[in-house]
Amino acid sequence: MSVIALPQSPSTVAGAPMSYWRTVAWRLSQDRATLVAGTLLLLIALSALAAPWIAPHDPSAGAIRLRLAPVGTPSHVLGTDEQGRDMLSRLLWGGRMTLIAGLTPVVVAFVVGTVLGVIAGYAGGLMNTLIMRTMDIFYAFPAVLLAIAVSGALGPGLLNTLISLSIVFVPRVVRVAESATVQVKGLEYVAAAKASGASVWQILRHHLLANILGPVLVFASTQVSLSIILAAGLSFLGLGVTPPAAEWGLMLNTLRQSIYVNAVVPALPGLAIFVTSMAFNLVSDGLRDAMEIRT
Amino acid sequence: MSAASLLQTRGLQKHFPLRAGVLRRTQAWVRAVDDVSLDVKPGETLGIVGESGCGKSTLARLILRLVEPDAGSIWFDGEDVLRVLPSRLKRLRRDMQLVFQDPYASLNPRLTIEDAVAFSLLVHGARRADARDKTRALLGRVGLDPHLYGRRYPHELSGGQRQRVNIARALVLDPKLLVLDEPVSALDKSVQAQVLNLLLELKADRALTYVFISHDLNVIEYVSDRVLVMYLGQVVESGTADALAEASKHPYTQALFASAPSMDPDRRMERPPITGDPPNPINPPSGCRFRTRCAFAMPQCAEAVPPAVAVAAGHHVACYLYGEATGGALPPR
Repeated sequence: MSVIALPQSPSTVAGAPMSYWRTVAWRLSQDRATLVAGTLLLLIALSALAAPWIAPHDPSAGAIRLRLAPVGTPSHVLGTDEQGRDMLSRLLWGGRMTLIAGLTPVVVAFVVGTVLGVIAGYAGGLMNTLIMRTMDIFYAFPAVLLAIAVSGALGPGLLNTLISLSIVFVPRVVRVAESATVQVKGLEYVAAAKASGASVWQILRHHLLANILGPVLVFASTQVSLSIILAAGLSFLGLGVTPPAAEWGLMLNTLRQSIYVNAVVPALPGLAIFVTSMAFNLVSDGLRDAMEIRT
Repeated sequence: MSAASLLQTRGLQKHFPLRAGVLRRTQAWVRAVDDVSLDVKPGETLGIVGESGCGKSTLARLILRLVEPDAGSIWFDGEDVLRVLPSRLKRLRRDMQLVFQDPYASLNPRLTIEDAVAFSLLVHGARRADARDKTRALLGRVGLDPHLYGRRYPHELSGGQRQRVNIARALVLDPKLLVLDEPVSALDKSVQAQVLNLLLELKADRALTYVFISHDLNVIEYVSDRVLVMYLGQVVESGTADALAEASKHPYTQALFASAPSMDPDRRMERPPITGDPPNPINPPSGCRFRTRCAFAMPQCAEAVPPAVAVAAGHHVACYLYGEATGGALPPR
C-alpha cells in the first residue's frame, strides 16, 4: 500500500498545509519508480520532438547497397531497415507519430468524455439515458475491432487514426466521469452549495469538477499505453500512418519479412513501443498512488 | 398566513417514485412526507422528532427547497417560497440555511475551511477581502481559531470541528432561520454538548430561529421550545416541549418518551413500550399509520387518518382517543 510508503502530507513539518495538488506533486517526487519512468518518458518525448535536429540521417532516404545493416554499423548505430534507411533516424521520427497518435486521442477523450460525463451525471433523467445509452453502443464493440472498423471506413491517414481512436476512448472516460459525478452530486456539500444559492455553473466548477478531475485524469492516463499500442497496431495493419512516413507500428509491419535475415533490427520498433507504453503505465500507477489521499 | 409565523407549511407532501425494471417504470411510491403542516414563530426552536425513516430529513430539504414538494405550500417571512422568481429565491436562500448531519460528507475535501465558509458569500457577490474578514470572524465565533484552522482541509479536522465549520458556513449569510438536520447525531456525547451549547449561544446572540431535527428525545427536550412528533411522514402530535414531556397524549409519543434512556430512575422503563419496526413507507397502513403497533387501536383507526385535535392550548394530537368522537378517554401512562 502506497499510503504506508508515502507520508500523507508534509504539512506537519512545514507548518502551513499544502493544497491538494501540491501535496500530490510532493508525493510524486518521493516515488522513485515513478520518477524514473517519468524521466524516461520525458527523454522519449524530447528526442521525438528534437528529431529534425538530432537525427543523423534523412529518415526516408534509403541506400540499396546497405540494406538491413546490423546494429553497430559505423554511421548507422542502430542498423538500417529493408530499404537501407537509418533505423535510429526512423525511430526518432517515428516516435513523433506514435506519441501524437497515442496521446491525442486520450487528451480528446479526457476533455470530451469529462464534459459529456458531467452533463449526463449532473442532469440525470432523460439526458443521462440519452448520453449513456449512446456510449454503451460504442462500448459494446471490442476496442481493437472498433478502431479497425472506424479506420477502415474513414481510410488510412494520421487524422483518421486520431478520430477512430478518440471514438474508442471517449465512451470509457464518459463512464468514469459520469459515475464520479453521480457520486459527488449526492454529497451534502453540493446540497449546501445549492442551499446557499449557488448557480449550477458555480457548483460544477468549485464543488464537482474539483473532486472528479483527479480520478478521471488517473483513468485517462492508464489509457495512454493502450492508445499507443492501438495506434501502432492500426499502422501495422496499414490503416494508420501511410508509408514512407516513419511510425513504430508501420516499421514493425514493413520489417517483419526481414526477421529471418536480421532478427535484432526488426525488434527495435517493438522495443520502443514496449518501453514507451510501459513508462506511461508506471507513471499513471504512480499518479494514482499519489492522489490516493485520505479526505 | 398568520403574521406571527416566520415559517409556515401547509399540507406539505413528497412521495418518491420507486422505479424498477428495464423501462424504469414507477412501481411504487415512498410516502416520505405526507400532509405536514407546521408553524415556526420568530425566535423559537421547533424540534422535530421521530424514528429514522419517518421523513424528517426530507422535510428539512423540502423547507429549503432542495427537494421540490408534490403538494402543499411553504411560506417564509410572508413569501410563498414555491412561487417566487429564481432571482428572489436566491435572495431568500440567504435567510434560511441548513446544517447537515454528516460532518464528513458535508464539506468539500478540496476546499480549505476558509474557502468553504466564504463560498456562500462569494456566490452572493461579496468582495473577496470582505468575505475573508467575515469568514475569519465567524470561525473565531464558532470556536475555531482562523489562523490555526482557516487554511486547513476538512480531513485534518475532527468531527466536532467539522460540524463547527458547517455551522459557520450556514451562519455566514446571516440567515433568519436555521434548519438543523441531526446536527449532533454523528458526534460523541461530550462533543454533542459543546456543539449544542454553541448553537444555543449563537441563537441568543443572533436572534435566530431554529428548526431542530433529531431522533434523540433528550437532545430535542434540551433545545426545543415546541416539539413536533413525526411518524411515517405524518405529524402525530405537537405541543410545547414541557407539555409533551409531562403530558404527551398520542400513544406513539408516549412510547417514544418511555423508550428514551433516562438518568431519572423514576422514568426508567420496565418493558419496551412498542416493539417491531415502523411499517414500510411504501405501503403505509390505512387510516392512522401507527395503528399496527398501537395498544389502543380501534376499528375506526383503519378507516381514515385521524385529524389533529387540540387537547390544550397549542397542544394538538392526531388520535381518535381524543376529541369529541370518543369523549376524550385518556390511555393510562
